[in-house]
Amino acid sequence: MTPLLNLKGLTKRFGGLVAVNDVNLTLGKEEILGLIGPNGAGKTTLFNMISGTYLPTSGQILFEDKDITDLPPHKIASLGISRTFQLVKPFAKLTVVDNVMIGTFLRTRGNKQAREKAREVVKFVGLEQYADRPAHNLTTSGRKRLELARALALEPKILLLDEVMAGLTPTESLAIVELIRAIREAGITILVIEHVMKAIMSLSDRVAVLHHGELIAIDLPAEVTSDERVIEAYLGEEFEIAAN
Amino acid sequence: MNRLRQIPGDYLAVAALLVVLGTLPFFLDRFYLSLALLILFWAYLGNAWNIMGGYTGLFSFGHAMFYGIGAYTSTVLLVDYAISPWVGMLAGAILAGLFGAFVGFLLSRFGVRGHFFALGTFAIAEMVRLLATEFEFINTSIGIHIPLVRGDSWIRLQFEETFANYYYVILILFLIGQIITITIVRNKLGYYFQAIRENEEAAASLGVNALRYKVISVAISAALTAIAGSFFAQYFLFIDPTIVFGVSVSVQILLRPIVGGVGTIWGPFVGALLLTPLAEFTRSVVRKPPSFLDFIEGRAGVDVMLFGAILIIVVLFMPDGLIGAGKRIWRRFKKQNDTTAQPQGTD
Repeated sequence: MTPLLNLKGLTKRFGGLVAVNDVNLTLGKEEILGLIGPNGAGKTTLFNMISGTYLPTSGQILFEDKDITDLPPHKIASLGISRTFQLVKPFAKLTVVDNVMIGTFLRTRGNKQAREKAREVVKFVGLEQYADRPAHNLTTSGRKRLELARALALEPKILLLDEVMAGLTPTESLAIVELIRAIREAGITILVIEHVMKAIMSLSDRVAVLHHGELIAIDLPAEVTSDERVIEAYLGEEFEIAAN
Repeated sequence: MNRLRQIPGDYLAVAALLVVLGTLPFFLDRFYLSLALLILFWAYLGNAWNIMGGYTGLFSFGHAMFYGIGAYTSTVLLVDYAISPWVGMLAGAILAGLFGAFVGFLLSRFGVRGHFFALGTFAIAEMVRLLATEFEFINTSIGIHIPLVRGDSWIRLQFEETFANYYYVILILFLIGQIITITIVRNKLGYYFQAIRENEEAAASLGVNALRYKVISVAISAALTAIAGSFFAQYFLFIDPTIVFGVSVSVQILLRPIVGGVGTIWGPFVGALLLTPLAEFTRSVVRKPPSFLDFIEGRAGVDVMLFGAILIIVVLFMPDGLIGAGKRIWRRFKKQNDTTAQPQGTD
């Protein structure tokens, strides 16, 4: 089976700093791949290259065997890779539905259809009671859901989630985990960056670990948590004890 | 009645204004009718500016360039080639639209944003003005007189006898401009414009080609602005580079939407409704001041000072303009009524 997304030797340098170094990674259909690593490991940089925000210094990104390395963000989005932002970027003055409509216009014809589709997505992420309020009125949890809704509005094949649970309470995180599972059920492949270990371990089919820009492990969640290099680099001994 | 309900309120407002404003010439004398004409003229221009400055967030400080292109295109075509100003108006709009697309592309392609975008438009407009003072074929800085026509002529767009015709022309232009904006805002184009304004990066992540839609926005705004330039030339019957390409034109154009409410359908109209009579009133006071204001007699620029003061007040206390302030007061009023009606509150 050919992978849906294939990263080949992806490298990004900012001057002397190597943010991402020679990362090779494949993403299969309907897989949930967790991406973890300490702050500054290069996770978001990797996302920014896949979504077209950054041009890789070297390496290649193949999506459905098509080279998308040099494409601008809006083209990559229209091909079927959508993303959320770690620092949420709602269109503050627009209502929640209008925010989502910006996304649904791409795959619908006309205003009415775009609105109907947007309402569906808003309902799916559980924001229907805020649908007609301006986005700046939303709580943190609401904004994270809005980010998800907008990304889903594009009917993506791959969804890149950048810390959608950061800043949420455990209960709120749990709800998001359920939501992500439901998204996968709908046939969407997900690459997710997360610091909430419990969530990512239970959610992911495989977990990839970045450290200083390098991929130091990629394996099943259980294997990764017992990998010594990963424990040393990121999880720490406490996690090992807790896991046992 | 049921069908009427499906028509959005903004379109109904346009229809209502057509009826109400259409009857004004029967009530108003020449002085007040020309004031009404000026209000609609500036409201039309403010609306054109608002499409890019308000909805797309591309703050233009140089709309005089598009206005002047419109004025000069129709005037040159009329004076040198005897082509009707209506055709000239269209030609000017197309020319300004193309030029606007070029300016929008030039600035956006190289990531010029925010204040720098405003400065960029200002600089380009000044370049255009300076060029206009040098070009022989538009009579350099001397300007061009439009030859007078006896009586009224719709083809030549000149009305010596029936002043109200000028008023009707600008009224129709104003209403068409409003319909264009309302339609844009209700459809994909307007959604994309606003997404770009709110957050360009997020818009791009949702498949919006920001550069393309910025260019479209500037082109539409420029074309509409040029039409008002042509109208002005036919109304004033004289143009020169300072009158149509000057900085004060750019400032006048953006003032009304800012005071009325940037990025709102009716903000430019509300702004024009307030500022235009104020400007005319100030000018007449300066011309013949009451005795205790003797010292301002004949001094130019008092109206501009007043505008400056109003602008400072609006920017400080009503950053979203009169429309925004009105909405806030209305909401507070409603909230108070709601809480007195049900003191428990549900939230």
